[in-house]
Formats: sequence, structure tokens, C-alpha cells
Amino acid sequence: MNTIHWTVAAAGLVALLGCGERPQEMGSGAKPDAPAYQGTGVAAFTAPGWKAGDANSWAQELRTRGQYGQNEYPRTQTK
Amino acid sequence: MARMKFICDAERCIECNGCVTACKNENEVPWGVNRRRVVTLNDGVPGEKSISVACMHCSDAPCMAVCPVNCFYRTDEGVVLHDKDVCIGCGYCSYACPFGAPQFPSQGQFGVRGKMDKCTFCAGGPEKNGSQAEFEKYGRNRLAEGKLPACAEMCSTKALLAGDGDMVADIFRTRVIARGKGAEVWGWGTAYGSAGGPQNGQTNGTK
Repeated sequence: MNTIHWTVAAAGLVALLGCGERPQEMGSGAKPDAPAYQGTGVAAFTAPGWKAGDANSWAQELRTRGQYGQNEYPRTQTK
Repeated sequence: MARMKFICDAERCIECNGCVTACKNENEVPWGVNRRRVVTLNDGVPGEKSISVACMHCSDAPCMAVCPVNCFYRTDEGVVLHDKDVCIGCGYCSYACPFGAPQFPSQGQFGVRGKMDKCTFCAGGPEKNGSQAEFEKYGRNRLAEGKLPACAEMCSTKALLAGDGDMVADIFRTRVIARGKGAEVWGWGTAYGSAGGPQNGQTNGTK
């Protein structure tokens, strides 16, 4: 009798396992990547004017660089 | 947070291929792989225009949608990158991309197993920033050095603009107002969409 109980319980457990479902969320399979504002740690190639780890100073440096390097109108109009 | 975008000003591009050369040199891209190239529209017809084309890092990137192994990811700055250790080289992204950006090298360090290669906005990939492994797989990580992509910084006529979307759009707008023409931005609507403007696959005012 005891054996039958165990058998039924085990069968029920196996049947319930079939109701389980693996998560199916869409996620990137790529490895995690460090944000750009963390810097490379190589001072020789890093542009001056910003501090590694500071996202605001990094964004400001890129804005400044973009304006200075790509927008000639402010430079021509100030002279 | 900045949203990185490319704009190519067709009124200014003189088809010098400086951007292509800068990209190849900066990232040591091997023969047969063209992360960036210059395309001439209406070649031979008076009024022909040239544009510099690479991955546009689309807001709703089709390559990300079709990748069967989800090797793509988007950084906080809106740069679309991928993990070559996950890529299986199936080529679906190549069919999905409206700009022909994905490249499939057959030899050399970039593609020993046919891994896809494309423009990274000079932002490297999912390896340690500035490491040798990152350089060999994805090229230079200029963004992490506080620099903009080499192609745009090298452009002699400043036809190719790269950086925060608001900033490059403002620069372009200023130019259009000053010269009174050339407001068409090829690829902008397709890559980034626009309110009331063309979406993927459509072409009209902003092609």
C-alpha cells in the first residue's frame, strides 16, 4: 500500500513537471559591455577634457568635440 | 544621454573616400570588408550626388529583429553593436539591413568563421574597453576615448556628421538655412524615422 502511494505521488509529480515552462523573454545573447564613459584606461589615446566614469563630462566632451570639429559656422561668425 | 547618429550632407560630399580610408585605417579592416563606402546617386547625370554609407545604428534596427541568436545589443547611446562570439554568420541581418551594412569576411582575423562585421560607430564591442581582444574583433573604441568616429572627424568637407542626434541635426539645419537648399537627408527617415515622415522602406522628401 505504501509503495502504491509513493508510486502515485511520483507519477503526479512527473505529470506536474510537464506544466512548467521555461522563460521565453527576448533578450540579447551578447555579453555585457561596459559603457563608453567608463573610458579605456589608456591615457595616451584618451582625449583630454573629461573624466573617465563621469557620464556627464563624457557627453559634454563629445558635444564640444562635435561642435568644434564639425560645425564651422560658429567659428566663422565670431571673427 | 546622447543618441548617436550619422548624417551625410550630399551637398558637401565630394566623393573623396576619405571616410572609407579613415575607417579602414583606424579599425584595420581587412580586404574585402567595407564597413563604410561612398555611393553616387544618379551617377553620370547632371546634378549627381554622393553619399557616405555605413551602418546607421537605426532606432528600430531590422538586423536586431531578424537575428536568430540575438547577438545584437544597443548601447545607452543608441549604438547598435553585436557579439561576434554569438554570431553564427547566417546572413539574415544582411538581407534585413536597408543600408547593406553587414559584411561577411571569409578570411583574416575578423572572419575566421564567417562572423558578420559592420560599423561600430567606433565604439568597439562586448570586450574590455580598449583591450587588444576588442580591437582585433571590432576595431578601435574611440567613443570610450572621448572621440567621435574617425570617418566623420576625418571628413575634409564635413559632409559626414556624427554625434548626438540633436547636435548633428542642428548643424545640418544651420547649413540648409544658410545655403537655402539641400535639405534632403538620405537614409535619415529610414534609420531613425520622423514624425509624419517616411518610415522603413519608404522614400519621399527625406529619402
